[in-house]
Amino acid sequence: MTTAARDRDDRPRGGGRRDPATRRRTGGGIRGNEGVAGWLFVLPVVVILGVFLLLPILMAFWVSLTGWEGQGSPFKSGVPFVGADNYVRLFTEDGLARRDFMTSIRNNGYYVLVVVPVQTALALALALVVNNRMLRGKGFFRTAFYFPSVTSSVAISVVFLFMFANSGAVNGILSVFGIDGPAWFSDSRGLIHIVLGAVGVDSPPAALTGGGPFGLTWWDWLSGPSVAMCAIMALVVWTTSGTFMLMFLAALQNVPVALDEASELDGASRWQRFRYVTLPLLKPTMFLVVTLGLIGTWQVFDQIYVMSQGNPAKTTLTPAFLSYRTAFKDFEYGRGAAISFVLFLIIIVLTLLQRYVMRDRDEKRPRKRRS
Amino acid sequence: MKRTRIRGAAVAILAAGTLIATAACGDSFDDGGTNTPQQSSGPAALQILIGSSGDAETKAVQDAAAAWASKSGNTATVTPAQDLTQQLGQALAGDNPPDVFYVDAGRFADYASVGALEPYGDKVDNPDDFYQSLRDTFTFDGTFYCAPKDFSTLALEINTDLWAKAGLTDADIPTTWDQLRAAAEKLKAQKITPLAIGDTRDRIGAFMVQSGGWIVSKDGKQATADSPENVAALTYVQGLLKDGLAAYPKSLDAGWGGEAFGKGKAAMVIEGNWIKGAMTNDFPDVKYTVHELPAGPKGKGTLSFTNCWGIAAKSKFKEQAIDFVKAMTTVDQQMTFAKAFGVMPSRESARDQYTSQFPADKAFIDGADYAQGPVNAPKMDSVLADFDASLNGLANGDPKQILGTLQKNTQATLAG
Repeated sequence: MTTAARDRDDRPRGGGRRDPATRRRTGGGIRGNEGVAGWLFVLPVVVILGVFLLLPILMAFWVSLTGWEGQGSPFKSGVPFVGADNYVRLFTEDGLARRDFMTSIRNNGYYVLVVVPVQTALALALALVVNNRMLRGKGFFRTAFYFPSVTSSVAISVVFLFMFANSGAVNGILSVFGIDGPAWFSDSRGLIHIVLGAVGVDSPPAALTGGGPFGLTWWDWLSGPSVAMCAIMALVVWTTSGTFMLMFLAALQNVPVALDEASELDGASRWQRFRYVTLPLLKPTMFLVVTLGLIGTWQVFDQIYVMSQGNPAKTTLTPAFLSYRTAFKDFEYGRGAAISFVLFLIIIVLTLLQRYVMRDRDEKRPRKRRS
Repeated sequence: MKRTRIRGAAVAILAAGTLIATAACGDSFDDGGTNTPQQSSGPAALQILIGSSGDAETKAVQDAAAAWASKSGNTATVTPAQDLTQQLGQALAGDNPPDVFYVDAGRFADYASVGALEPYGDKVDNPDDFYQSLRDTFTFDGTFYCAPKDFSTLALEINTDLWAKAGLTDADIPTTWDQLRAAAEKLKAQKITPLAIGDTRDRIGAFMVQSGGWIVSKDGKQATADSPENVAALTYVQGLLKDGLAAYPKSLDAGWGGEAFGKGKAAMVIEGNWIKGAMTNDFPDVKYTVHELPAGPKGKGTLSFTNCWGIAAKSKFKEQAIDFVKAMTTVDQQMTFAKAFGVMPSRESARDQYTSQFPADKAFIDGADYAQGPVNAPKMDSVLADFDASLNGLANGDPKQILGTLQKNTQATLAG
């Protein structure tokens, strides 16, 4: 984080040696017992986090290394230890396990690519609208925009199922404009495939069907999100942008009015004020929103579970849902756990990558970075 | 600062170590074999987990359990599951399974192969009385594990009004593939969608059986998915779909075949006996008749769906549990269930009684003689789900390729 970097910079440049006073404080002396007392105070939290967070994670990791079949405890002597087999199967062994996993990665990849930018932009736009000084009834709009976020995702999913039914509201509205709406939740065609089909590329060129990474052909990888997935994307964008709007709104209200007015006096246009004054000040919030969006979208589960269960033709299968299905429906608990750890890694890597992309470039940074 | 951090780390490691130790103690590292100590004296408290089809079934089973409990001096608690597979999975993983539970035929091998089920099949009264096809379904590695609760089969339902409208008579009721096609063509000429058929192996699979094929060999050890018989079956169904002689329910704006049939969107449908309840409740005005499925090149064939009364290998009250299952599978009790929620008794000796009570169901119960149960091999669920996904696109797909993929995946799964 930027604050952490600044802290480092504030340190005395004396080669990292601490002054004797500090050292004495951490040693014995009059405040020597503070550490113990401190630990005593945080012990309840440490224990709770350990039992309900750290330990389950470690246990799940152990399960991902075994061929446990769900009979009794996975820590008994009879449970076969298979090492990295569960992971290897997901990546190198040609079979159903790998194909399902890679399909789910593809689906979720497209999902993240669409949902994160759209929901961030929508949230920012909503926040700007609500933050407008000229707007009347701010409270009403704020509540209205936030409402989807506080409603149960299952309830909303069911409502969307009705809306996107073959003869539902969405297709009804489309038919007013003379558009024959698709059968949303049974349409497995990918968007990119549809667009290609519209320009006359109906069957895949041979170069794309011959092979591809991880058992899916290039043609499969390049399908785009399916029509069914688009309906789910619309739902998620709609529900989550309210939450992120609140975050942007809080940040916007911290933007000093003086800055805005100063730039106005300097003759900056509306757009320039937004682009060069407001947006840079929102950067920490932007980072937060994009990070939370990334994490949330890679973990999408309940909408899939309620609306499509991975159908049609596996185009709404996501790693989180696949992990659940593999463990609790196929009784491959080891592979299910392995999928969730791979998902965990994907999220970590992408978040780090995003942090690198959004780093402060203007700031002079020390040449050697620690950690 | 540095020392505090080291000390902090030490405390954290200590805390984590203690936690793991405590957790491990709770586990007691037993080898968890099947020699679960049995409670020999005192009344048993049976836990029964059922995947109920509705209130009628829940109530019927609860009443039957209560009657057994008061007669035998034990207690029996019936719990209807929200999601049987998942709840059972959790209970088994937690070493605390219910004593008796429904086992779906498609899931049976998963449970049997990991030793979760008590193989008590031959201990119930007169086990040979169960239909042979059902016994086969619940036999794993040559052992008959559990008593079939009841069963359903697929048959051909015909909407009599639409049938007559196309000028067809009872003589046109198809008994072979060719006749099915001929009748369908006549219906199509009248702009009626002839046949609604579910887009899964649980419906289309019937054609594979009629053609003499199936996904796995009879003993469940070999993959036989890409046999020429199966290719012929899928090619036949594909022909029906392509020529507009059959349609999947989704394309008829229906959730399942019964709905399309009830709404009058198709003149024929292939469904099981559960369609009776749906028709009486949702479409009481539609008149229809039920017939055996048309025979294929290798004779008649249908699919059966069934549950058995599974008893947990880790149950403390196995003896009482078997006694409970005996009480649930008597002819009288099965007839009570049949009247309460419309299932067919799994005992052959109840057949006459059932046909005289429900003469319209003759086609369903006759199917028991040649029915094929679900794939009886462990870990096949994801493979079959993949097959279903490809059946979605059968109309434009290549049957050989679809079956080739199924064969490859099945082989890989059966090999472990």
